[in-house]
Amino acid sequence: MAAGEQVTLLDSWASSFGMRVRIALAEKGVKYEYIEQDLWNKSGLLLQMNPVHKKIPVLVHNGKPVCESLVIVQYIDEVWKDKAPLLPSDPYQRAQSRFWADFVDRKIYEHGRMILTTKVEDQEAAAKKDFIDTLKLMEGELGDKPYFGGETLGYVDVALLPYCCWFYTYENILNFSLEADCPKLNAYCKRCLQKESVSKSLEDPKKIYDFALMLRKKLGVE
Amino acid sequence: MAEVKLYGFWPSPYSHRIIWALKLKGVEYEYIEEDLSNKSESLLKYNPVYKKTPVLVHGDKPIAESLVILEYIEETWPENPLLPKDPYERAMARFWIQYGVDTVAALRAFYHGSGEELEKAATELLESLKILEEQGLGDKKFFGGESMNLVDISYGALGYWLAAVEEVKGVKVLEPSTLPRLHAWAKNLDELPVVKENIPASDKMMAYFTAAMNRPAKN
Repeated sequence: MAAGEQVTLLDSWASSFGMRVRIALAEKGVKYEYIEQDLWNKSGLLLQMNPVHKKIPVLVHNGKPVCESLVIVQYIDEVWKDKAPLLPSDPYQRAQSRFWADFVDRKIYEHGRMILTTKVEDQEAAAKKDFIDTLKLMEGELGDKPYFGGETLGYVDVALLPYCCWFYTYENILNFSLEADCPKLNAYCKRCLQKESVSKSLEDPKKIYDFALMLRKKLGVE
Repeated sequence: MAEVKLYGFWPSPYSHRIIWALKLKGVEYEYIEEDLSNKSESLLKYNPVYKKTPVLVHGDKPIAESLVILEYIEETWPENPLLPKDPYERAMARFWIQYGVDTVAALRAFYHGSGEELEKAATELLESLKILEEQGLGDKKFFGGESMNLVDISYGALGYWLAAVEEVKGVKVLEPSTLPRLHAWAKNLDELPVVKENIPASDKMMAYFTAAMNRPAKN
């Protein structure tokens, strides 16, 4: 990092979106200041840096804010382009990466949100099947590659990996086993957690589950 | 140069976006109209995940999802750039494109709503568009500055398409009195030859909407 560069991340420890940015910064070896945000009592800084959505994560680079996790990850990839490229160089491969990262947002995040905000007894069998089918589709896309990015961790991995610490929560609420139903994805998570850039960016799944239970109580679904 | 095919659906702004981008880049392509009530083998082969249009096929390589396709077009045919070169400016452009994705729910509610739901949807859409106007567009002629770029393309439906929906619904959201700058932007966009010459006639669209709105909403 050039002298005088200032990189700050406004984030919230349990956020899967924030974790994406942490992984990307770690892959690139970027030194940054992490500032934990209280999302129930938003700071003046957060409101100033993300006036449109008032959400985390926000990357502040030399005073200029970038918002939306995948926009941030692409920005990081373009600015710190000399190390650990996250998007491939071929336009068609880049399009495939963008497609699957968008799929993670569209399907996995949405499913996860539904699971989190629904009572256990109201979780529908069809929704559960849908979720597992979605994860199996991701397994299909991974194939025999070590990462979605191929030989090295890439854009789709960055989009997906935060869910590895959230799966324990979904397993408990939905009553399924990732190891049993999606063994390939389970193995993928375990393998990726051996990388420091991932293990240092994700949180303890049990802590996430405690947090999820607290959220669910707050929402009146637990 | 490998051949380019676009599988589209004539009333859909998602398909129109791709046409505008290809035209702006001077790319020759074959357009294939899809009957979404009777999807072709090709569509199901090229977009097995969502089975939707638009799908761009370059040579034998398919790309689905209109925003993904737009970035692909931008990277594959770099002449007449439609995104800024500076990484921060690109991030800002992508941020506003993403904001449009978040506005789709409000647009959809407006499209499908009636009575109280329609009023609520109109209010939410207006609030959403106020932020876009104030913080996204500002005083610029286009999101791209003096000329249109991917951000303008991504919001194209706010012009001709929204106007046709408003006409059918009898409720206006994007007006000079409520959203003066965005309204002016939409008018300017619709006047650009690449847009004007590549959208369906408004009476044809209104007839389609009227029929579609009287069918139950799919999702």
